[in-house]
Amino acid sequence: MENNRKYIIQFVFILVGLIYCIKLFQIQFLDETYGPAAEDNILRRIRDYSYRGIIYDRNGELLVHNDPVFDLMVIPKEAHVEDTAKFCGLLGITREEFITRMHEVKDYDIFQPSVFMKMLSMEDFARFQDFLVDFPGFYPQVRSLRGYQHHSLANALGYVAEISKRTLDNDTTGTYKQGDYIGKSGIELEYEKELKGENGVEYKKVNVRGVVKGSFKNGKIDTLSVPGSNLTSTIDLELQQYGEWLMEGLAGGVVAIEPKTGEVLSIISSPSYSPGFLSGRYFSQNFAELTLDSLKPLFNRAIMSVYPPGSTFKPLQALIALQEGVITPKEQIFCSGVLVGDHAPPGYYDVFKAIQKSSNNYFYIVFRRIINRRLSENTFIDSRLGLEKWNEYLYKFGLGRPLGIDIPNEKGGQIPTPELYNSVYGENSWKWSTINSISIGQGEINISPLQMANYVSIIANRGYYYIPHIIKEVGGSNQPKEKYQEKHFVGIDSIHFKTVIDAMESVVEGGTGFRAQIPGMQVCGKTGTSQNPHGEDHSVFIAFAPKDDPKIAISVYVQNAGQGARAAASIAGLMMEKYLTGEIKKVWIEDYVKRGQFIY
Amino acid sequence: MRQEGTIVNKIDWLVVAIYFVMVILGWLNIYAAVYDEEMQMSIFNLSLNSGKQLIWIGTSVLIIIVIMTVDFRFYDSFAYIIYGIIMFLLVAVLFAGVEVAGSRSWFSFGGFRIQPSEFAKFATALALAKYMSKVGYKLTNIRDLFVTACIIALPPLLIIVQGDTGTALVFGAFIIVLYREGLNPSLIVIGLIAIALFVLTLIFDQTTLMIAIVSIGVLVILIGKKKWQRILTVAAGMLIVIGVVWSVDYFVNDILKPHQQNRIKALINPEADPLGYGWNVTQSKIAIGSGGLLGKGFLQGTQTKFDFVPEQSTDFIFCTLGEEQGWFGTTSVIFLFVLLLVRLVRIAERQKEKFARIYGYSVASIIFIHFLVNIGMTIGLFPVIGIPLPLFSYGGSSLWAFTFLIFILLKIDAHRMQVLLR
Repeated sequence: MENNRKYIIQFVFILVGLIYCIKLFQIQFLDETYGPAAEDNILRRIRDYSYRGIIYDRNGELLVHNDPVFDLMVIPKEAHVEDTAKFCGLLGITREEFITRMHEVKDYDIFQPSVFMKMLSMEDFARFQDFLVDFPGFYPQVRSLRGYQHHSLANALGYVAEISKRTLDNDTTGTYKQGDYIGKSGIELEYEKELKGENGVEYKKVNVRGVVKGSFKNGKIDTLSVPGSNLTSTIDLELQQYGEWLMEGLAGGVVAIEPKTGEVLSIISSPSYSPGFLSGRYFSQNFAELTLDSLKPLFNRAIMSVYPPGSTFKPLQALIALQEGVITPKEQIFCSGVLVGDHAPPGYYDVFKAIQKSSNNYFYIVFRRIINRRLSENTFIDSRLGLEKWNEYLYKFGLGRPLGIDIPNEKGGQIPTPELYNSVYGENSWKWSTINSISIGQGEINISPLQMANYVSIIANRGYYYIPHIIKEVGGSNQPKEKYQEKHFVGIDSIHFKTVIDAMESVVEGGTGFRAQIPGMQVCGKTGTSQNPHGEDHSVFIAFAPKDDPKIAISVYVQNAGQGARAAASIAGLMMEKYLTGEIKKVWIEDYVKRGQFIY
Repeated sequence: MRQEGTIVNKIDWLVVAIYFVMVILGWLNIYAAVYDEEMQMSIFNLSLNSGKQLIWIGTSVLIIIVIMTVDFRFYDSFAYIIYGIIMFLLVAVLFAGVEVAGSRSWFSFGGFRIQPSEFAKFATALALAKYMSKVGYKLTNIRDLFVTACIIALPPLLIIVQGDTGTALVFGAFIIVLYREGLNPSLIVIGLIAIALFVLTLIFDQTTLMIAIVSIGVLVILIGKKKWQRILTVAAGMLIVIGVVWSVDYFVNDILKPHQQNRIKALINPEADPLGYGWNVTQSKIAIGSGGLLGKGFLQGTQTKFDFVPEQSTDFIFCTLGEEQGWFGTTSVIFLFVLLLVRLVRIAERQKEKFARIYGYSVASIIFIHFLVNIGMTIGLFPVIGIPLPLFSYGGSSLWAFTFLIFILLKIDAHRMQVLLR
């Protein structure tokens, strides 16, 4: 039996050898995770962040540029801070913050660099830089941050921030990596693709202590960053700043458009914030502050808030009535003044006078003619057919739907449709008398300042518009996106505009819109007072100038500021004067606006 | 001249060839392990481990010549004296040695260091062979068994005192020798059961294990015949098992030093803390695993060169081989080892003298334990125990010690025919 033992021993030796060969076959051949793990150990990806495109205004003024900032990176395995107090002092952090942060980065990955402190400004970093040698394992990485030389246009420009976990998960193209910045709203979001450029990556081999030991695969897989495209905006920064100054302390929205092109000259949402507030290290806390602000500074009122248009709706009603032939320009209609409350006295009115005096009764009658065409014996069906026809016009005027401006989250507002009334009153249970408040722009009709500006542009253009847009050149393209180059006609003959425009001129010349006058220039406008069940009425004004060669069309909404003749007309007039003449002669109107006493 | 001629004719050239192939492969891998792309230093550069190893290889050749020249009867005659001297050195190193990485097991002479515990392996082998080959020796004789145990146990005890548990564990190899010489295998079975319990204790918590043991015991009692004697035996066995579990638990958690505890924990679950105690195993497996079938090529390994694998030219030299030469490289080396081991067993078996046979088995067993533990730890089958891969790992003491071990056997083997004539 003992003789067998020499075989058993040899058998054990051979068995161990076999087991090892099999185990090695498993880890070296079958298991494919080790190769990548080894590569992961030695690879240091150094991101070459692309330069985000900058944005100019229509006159070449800088709207958005890039400021260099420094991310302080740390490789935990190498990090060695002897003098913690000095380190914390230089960075302005507490010892506890230092310890927590070091723990976090160590837990994440001990060999790969992590961001220790984000977005140190040039000044902050300069202070630290001299002592960098004392803190092995720390090194700076240059990035760029959005910078602004002004405090305007925040809502339209939007902001850039670190990509969220959710966006990152949804990014199937793999364009973004954790820690990348991405446009979150406004132009920054809408033109993210164009602005972003492409990040590059440089691969380095490092040893266990993170010391760079040369390039990986001789740099064959390295990529260089490609800068993003620069954009040229349609915004006139000077006009924008002036408008924002006028709107200070007021809530509302202003949109000014160049009618011939659809270029947005100014787009104001008030109250707002300075765009620089959401750029930089304190983004999170600043953003939280804005979110909690009861005045909602992040809410872009110019495109997102909708109000009843009030009397500014009357020129549109007149145009539809004229096109439909339910009235003629010279037709006199007797208005007793009893159908509805009215500021205009009783008497005979034609279109011109009705717009000039803003006769509610006249438009009651006219709207009834539009709605009830006797196309059906049944007054309910007749009303529905009339409303459908009327809806078509409104839709062509860009109401009740988002226009498609190149700023995200535009609201379409509301126009009263048969479906809406059916749902409220039941099918065939409503007629003109049920819905007549919309004849004077009250009730179930809500329009955004942008849509109002586009509507007055259509009047200025005598029947067409280009979709309003805020970017007119992408990377030297010399033209805006294709959809902004297409002319849209609204289906109203240009001849009908004459009467309406003349009437709007007289509104400013000698009517309620007098505060919008510009010395030596023909201005056309219409005031409106948007009834507000929750408080003071909203002040509304639309206008364009000059009458025969319109260069600017504008809509102004001022919340809770009473009659359109006061705050809104004043601001519209001042902004047009500023844009057209470059100076303000009517300083008393300016004073009037800045005093801010509109309710009296 | 006549005698030298016989040596050349009678020496086992296969083992000599394997020895030199391994030493050269080891030397190349040491160079690969310490090679730095940016420095571009030559393999002969004396500031590199590869340059130093070349000196050790050269001196080993001198040692071989000396061994071959000295009369083969010298080792038999001086076995106890050699053992005695080495035991003295093991004690002396505690006082005159220098401490390296937590163990005081080195004598330092100028730039070179000598580790007497490496030499204790062949000294013990000689003494054991000498004692067990005495006339009338019987493994069943309690006194003989006791002296045998003492000869084997003394050096590891001294080495543990130095703080080098790894080297001490190697002396477990002599179990194989005793087994060959007729040790009751039930002793070995008991040892294996103890090891199984040891591992189980580490994997499961104590209460779970106790419940499991008691349940099994009760089941065994219920199923079998209900005789008092049987029940008592099972119950006693159960108590012993529980005692073992309890003492293992106590040993690991209360006696072992934290770094030793961690090594054992890393074996059970290296992924639990890949940056902490599992670091060595994880990185070692990544190195070998990333080599694939064919390897990354000589000097192309990154895991070892960029220091992710610790001790890459000594204890973890197998990683360099695995990373750069792939599965074909590792399998070839394992084949060489198995070939060497089997050949050493054959050599031992063909000895007519008991002394030579026991010594031969000792050589094979010691190399086997190193092979088993060293490669096992690099692929995560054994805890990280700091012992070298014979003939591969960088280190003079280790290379010299293995040279002594192997070539003394070859010398004795070459003269085996003369023994018959005596």
